[in-house]
Amino acid sequence: MALFEARGIHKRFGHQVVLERIDLGFESGQLSGIMGPNGAGKTTCFNVLTGQYKPDRGQVVLAGEDITGLAPNTIARKGIARSFQIMSLFDEYSALENLLIALPEVRERGFTMMNRLDSDSAAADRASTVLARVGLAGRERQRAGDLAYGERRALEIGVALAAEPRLLFLDEPTSGLSAKAIAGLAELVQGLKRDYSIVVIEHDMQFLFGLADTISVIHWGQVIASGAPEALRENKWVRRSMLGGKA
Amino acid sequence: MASGESVAARWVSRQMVLLLVVLATLPLWIESIGLYPYLGVEIAIWMIYGLGFNLLLGYSGLPSFGHGAFFGIGAYAFGLFQLRVFESLFLGIACAVTAAFVAGAIVACFLSHRRGIYFALMTIAFGQVFWFISIKWHTLTGGEDGLLNIPRPAFELGVASAGLGSNTALFYFVLVVLAVVLVALWRLVHSPFGKVLQAIRQNEVRARFVGYNVWLFKWTVFAISAAIAGLAGSLFSMAQQSAYPDVMSLHASGIIVMMTLIGGGFVSFWGPVIGVAVYFLARDVLGAVTETWLLWFGLIFVLAVLFKPEGIAGAWQQHVGSGDRRSLARRAVAGFLSAGRK
Repeated sequence: MALFEARGIHKRFGHQVVLERIDLGFESGQLSGIMGPNGAGKTTCFNVLTGQYKPDRGQVVLAGEDITGLAPNTIARKGIARSFQIMSLFDEYSALENLLIALPEVRERGFTMMNRLDSDSAAADRASTVLARVGLAGRERQRAGDLAYGERRALEIGVALAAEPRLLFLDEPTSGLSAKAIAGLAELVQGLKRDYSIVVIEHDMQFLFGLADTISVIHWGQVIASGAPEALRENKWVRRSMLGGKA
Repeated sequence: MASGESVAARWVSRQMVLLLVVLATLPLWIESIGLYPYLGVEIAIWMIYGLGFNLLLGYSGLPSFGHGAFFGIGAYAFGLFQLRVFESLFLGIACAVTAAFVAGAIVACFLSHRRGIYFALMTIAFGQVFWFISIKWHTLTGGEDGLLNIPRPAFELGVASAGLGSNTALFYFVLVVLAVVLVALWRLVHSPFGKVLQAIRQNEVRARFVGYNVWLFKWTVFAISAAIAGLAGSLFSMAQQSAYPDVMSLHASGIIVMMTLIGGGFVSFWGPVIGVAVYFLARDVLGAVTETWLLWFGLIFVLAVLFKPEGIAGAWQQHVGSGDRRSLARRAVAGFLSAGRK
């Protein structure tokens, strides 16, 4: 059984059908990719899977448990963490504080009102470890809003990792990055593959084809093809949607 | 992240001690500068109100323009308890805090899924509802006249007992309450709860996606802030020996917003403390010069919102952080002001 499944997902906004009969399955220990042209419905699909939007029809299942329509915070507590295409950090907090606030043990103590968070050295050590893993060692005290763009992208992933997810969703992680930064990010994600099940939405074909175990292609709100990257390169529907040609 | 602070330093900051020492000596010197002892009572009460309000505005980013309602509910609840049940200082205060907390909790049920301008507009609407009730429900509130002749019950704790009839005695009682509120809120804003509130202010969507029930945090902080406003209201009705609808008006609700913003509540724990002091000094010093002092104070507020929304605390921090003219004294004061956010 797949770790995560989307079964027959439909989503419409007004009269506009954005997702139609989306079926997806993400296996444990794999990096699964979702790709498609602009406006294909990739990000809406991500938002439905992670709880930002409720699907009009269909089911979202995590490890056999139906999580359809649950609030994002409930889904997050069940082990799904995500990053955002448009960066979404706690800009006034330091890099370390961004991770601290996302740690499950801090989250569990969220309503503790009299213990000081800044005296919890165990939590700080764990946050520092995650920070080092995403390549931001030495940036602990730096305000998130003052970090360079590429560093903010890394921190974005770090915040998701700090939540100790069973499944990590990355939304367009290469967005706005230079070629050099994309190479660094690919190395980081490659390293994360060893420990996490990951789903990546991406329009950068090279990035995705180099990392993914399986890829699903979404076009006009439907999954038009799924499979290993090599097989997709030859798929005529993928070629026709101008995706395979760019890869 | 672990600090080398002593246990005492985790509960009480140097800034807090300095503030309380200055206030504790206030009855000794306030008349020598041409002011009067009752001013100290007002300042201490409004500092409690402001600190609680800033938990909502400065720390959680939730603009309430109807907070006077909870201040008023506290004042009425205390007065009604003394006049219709029996005279008791602590039970009266407990009744006021509970009433304001319950009212705040009910209102927060309707507000907590809102943010920004919609949140602000709904606080105005609820504030006006409570204000209207206070005017129209004559049999309970005394209508526009309010409740008069509210007694100041004696302080009785075990064998210790003291009358609060004099303004000086009441001032020291209010000062003790202020000290308790300061310590509690200082701890709260540095606790995981306080940190989550600040995270929600910065990025509500992200807070939700890292697993926080944002609605519940907003509900809780609103109810706590309302309860502190109710506490301040109970002290106010004791000080004024009356409770009246004016304190619940939109105008009165706006004053606490003004105080907090001018002081720098967005950047410093001490913002409302500064704002309250500046407001009352302006009222009494500018007020001695011109009857239109509030016009000038309002103008300062408009300019602050336009050009320096970080308020006095923010302006000072910025001044010290730039240029060559850094002095030890200035840096010390800047450290004082920013300490609540570190």
